[in-house]
Amino acid sequence: MVPGLVYFLVFHYGAFIANAVAFKEYVPFDGLWASPWVGTENFSRMFGDPDFWHATWNTLFIAVLQLVFFFPAPLALALLLHSLSSDLLRRFTQSVIYLPHFLSWVVVVALFQQVLSDTGLLNTFLSDSGLHTVDIIGNPEAYKPLVVIEVIWKDAGWGTIIFLAALMQVDEQQYEAAAIDGAGPWRRFWHVTLPSIRPIVILLLIMRLGDILSVGFEQMLLQRQSVGPEVGEVLDTFVFWQGIVGGDTGYAAAAGLFKGVVGAALVFTANRVAHRLGEQGVYK
Amino acid sequence: MEKPRFATKAAKGIAVVVVLGLVLIPFLVIISTSLASNREVVDNGGWVLWPSDPTLRAYRNILEGGIVTKALGVSVGLTVAGTLFSLACTTFLAYALARPGVFGGKPVLLLILFTFLFPPGMIPAFLLVKGMGMMDTYAALVAPVLINVFNLIVLRGFFQGIPEELYEAARLDGAGDWQILWRIVLPLSKAALAVVSLFYAVSYWNAWFHASIYMESDHWPLSQVLRTYVIGGSQIADTGLSEAGMVSAPQTTQMAVLVIATVPILLVYPFLQKYFTKGVLTGAIKS
Repeated sequence: MVPGLVYFLVFHYGAFIANAVAFKEYVPFDGLWASPWVGTENFSRMFGDPDFWHATWNTLFIAVLQLVFFFPAPLALALLLHSLSSDLLRRFTQSVIYLPHFLSWVVVVALFQQVLSDTGLLNTFLSDSGLHTVDIIGNPEAYKPLVVIEVIWKDAGWGTIIFLAALMQVDEQQYEAAAIDGAGPWRRFWHVTLPSIRPIVILLLIMRLGDILSVGFEQMLLQRQSVGPEVGEVLDTFVFWQGIVGGDTGYAAAAGLFKGVVGAALVFTANRVAHRLGEQGVYK
Repeated sequence: MEKPRFATKAAKGIAVVVVLGLVLIPFLVIISTSLASNREVVDNGGWVLWPSDPTLRAYRNILEGGIVTKALGVSVGLTVAGTLFSLACTTFLAYALARPGVFGGKPVLLLILFTFLFPPGMIPAFLLVKGMGMMDTYAALVAPVLINVFNLIVLRGFFQGIPEELYEAARLDGAGDWQILWRIVLPLSKAALAVVSLFYAVSYWNAWFHASIYMESDHWPLSQVLRTYVIGGSQIADTGLSEAGMVSAPQTTQMAVLVIATVPILLVYPFLQKYFTKGVLTGAIKS
């Protein structure tokens, strides 16, 4: 158990302390501790930087798209799977839709490029059929919907696991009782199924909110190039670009810290709202 | 009262078929294209749905030598070693946290869960790895991601589910913690261990970002090579693939690299899939 604890102390709490670099002017030669303190200079520069606001805006926009389209997708899929009467078909579909979760973003992005690029599967098919081709990869306007579709393709299936489990725990007798009381399939769904899985939906929603500013670092980094930073930059890639590629370490750490603090504030708020609504939330 | 049964059934059937198609067709295209001949790919405009004359030439070219073979070696080594380390550390810690009164208990658990909600930033982590002198060592790819909190919670939940009587009986027979872990807990936890190993193995196999910032290109794993040359669009010559005496069209080669990067996962997946729900759930619900 010692190596495990050491791991958490060094790589999580150690790194936490290393966040101090956000208040410093990092000089690689001097190392982290010897570099001079600059107070909140990095932060004031950040709030005056239009590139930072671009990144923030893109992050929020994608986050909202994900919340509206990606979050309910596993739930919808789980409801569909749950309602299938054939056990075999359900298990087969489950196996298939879990699969993309295990592919790396590199593979997924490569795959989407093969299908959707101007010489890809879709456009070849469209031009062969004498229809207009559509430029999706490399089109700034299509970028945000595209990344959301990618994440749905990759992880919506995997996300069904937890909802399916919740659905399996719904008491059969409640359905029977409702059916006897004359409730049709839709009413049973509305009054039995949905209330039963509400706690888990809210739990996941809170966790998603805390993580909302992380809209998929690897995914964005891989594709940022194809549309340029104006559209493709999110907070995580901004940090990466400034700090690790650009060497502006203190500045990038400030942006990272900003993101962390906003995320934490969102978790607290969401959890408090959940408590007020009488839900359990993530913690008490 | 009841909705028309047939319409509902048909709608569900169509929905399932669409979902399956969306997932499976891309896989089919990639595998087919990697197996097709260059001419067929070019004639078809870059992709093939079903190769008329399958050939393994793209694979042979890649595996004859050069950067992909090397990266494949790195990936396999990294995945095996990393998974073993991670699994061992996670198991020990999970066991300690699952047993009442072993040590610190609850505060330690909270300390760990806290890191899950508030991860440290990218830059501090980078400085840490650099400061510890781990640049361009394989340790940089394992140490910072040694334990995954989610996996830890899954294992802990599973260990807690083992009946208390078994622990007591073992203690009466004079077994220490190590013996209990080795003789009783681990054999009973095969499903959870299988799932957690798979999660670790997949994450090590797929990892590329840390390699891209910490490692020299000579030591890159397969995913990072794939990224540079399939997505980044680097010319094959840049990456040294040409050393392998490339003659096939880039498209088939690219697809072949994609397949090589994916196949290990496809191979272990069916054997472990049945454990997913069980393994993931014990952990998730307990937490």
